[in-house]
Amino acid sequence: MNGRDTGLQIFSAGIFKNNPILVQILGICSTLAVTNSLRNTLVMSIALIFVCAFSSGMVSLLRKLIPGRVRMMAEIMIISTGVILVDILLQAKMPEISKQLGPYVGLIITNCIVMGRCEAFALSNPPHLAALDGIGSGIGYSLVLIAIAFIREPLGSGTLWGFQIMPGWWQNWAIMVMAPGAFFVMAVLIWIIKSFHHGEECACSK
Amino acid sequence: MQQINLELFGLFFASIFTGNILLTNYLGMCSFLGASREVKTAFGLGLAVTLVMGITTPLCWLVYYLILKPYDLYYLRFIIFIIVIAAFVQVAEICIERISEKLYHNLGIFLPLITVNCAILGACLFMEIRHYNFAQSVVYGFGSGIGWMLAVIAMAGIRQKMAKSRVPQPLAGAGIVLIIAGIMAIAFTGFSGVL
Repeated sequence: MNGRDTGLQIFSAGIFKNNPILVQILGICSTLAVTNSLRNTLVMSIALIFVCAFSSGMVSLLRKLIPGRVRMMAEIMIISTGVILVDILLQAKMPEISKQLGPYVGLIITNCIVMGRCEAFALSNPPHLAALDGIGSGIGYSLVLIAIAFIREPLGSGTLWGFQIMPGWWQNWAIMVMAPGAFFVMAVLIWIIKSFHHGEECACSK
Repeated sequence: MQQINLELFGLFFASIFTGNILLTNYLGMCSFLGASREVKTAFGLGLAVTLVMGITTPLCWLVYYLILKPYDLYYLRFIIFIIVIAAFVQVAEICIERISEKLYHNLGIFLPLITVNCAILGACLFMEIRHYNFAQSVVYGFGSGIGWMLAVIAMAGIRQKMAKSRVPQPLAGAGIVLIIAGIMAIAFTGFSGVL
């Protein structure tokens, strides 16, 4: 990234060119676990976009005050604060979904994307651009999550957003609800995307 | 007494195989993808994860039930857990450096990476959500660590063997590793018949 990048470019880079999951293969830890239902995935995505934007903006605001030696720790503290806000909000407003998401909301703290964006971008850029970058990366991440959920939920439980969409003769694929399903769907997704990008591979990577 | 021991053994087994923290909860995937190129690296990292997880999970249990619960600071748990983990990793690094130079070279370089390994924090959060008692938290911590190590070493072995095979270009790298992980996950859930 150089100084001439406009806000829009920074925003869209996170979604397409530098998509954190598909291109950089970062942060798939807490990604996959929630993707067996579309509703949980959407809530998780919104939480992640918020935390990413919040922590990038905050780190960038404080970037001149944080001493270099302890910056990792300071970043983790800022991220945890954002996650605690989200967690409290979820428990108050959507207790059921909060229960289903379980530990995965807390695990946003150790999501490499949030930390990665703080380190790579927010530390050397002004707050408004950093926040935009955070939102862009968050959305890029969410799109992939939602795509996976969109495949897993109908195949695994015959429903979408909780509504039955598959016809009566449909046999649910139990494996799609279980852990291996996410690995396979994710792998196929990466395969497809990389095949399209194949020609411009060099331009894409980093 | 016998009953309790059996229960703990069941939990130990479950945390290694059927509830493998990597293959069923997808935790620690980042370092899993990064460190599974060579068996030696995988073994070192796996050992470090087992050590840290086995000790921090009970440590977090103590902090949570002796400090956070009585003072009603429940909502601070994320920050506190992360601090406990980071502090322990730091102390462990210093200790290992003093005790054995050789061990430090084999294990020490992996320790800093572990602070942000989601599997460690994940184990602490699962311990809290599932209301484990102290003995269970010890067993769960070590079991999950061993399970993680087993998965990462197996993957490293498979990847080394695979170096010569022809994988479709777009699938090389992360894609094929995810497919193998999926197959491994099926194999690991197959153990559920044992319990």
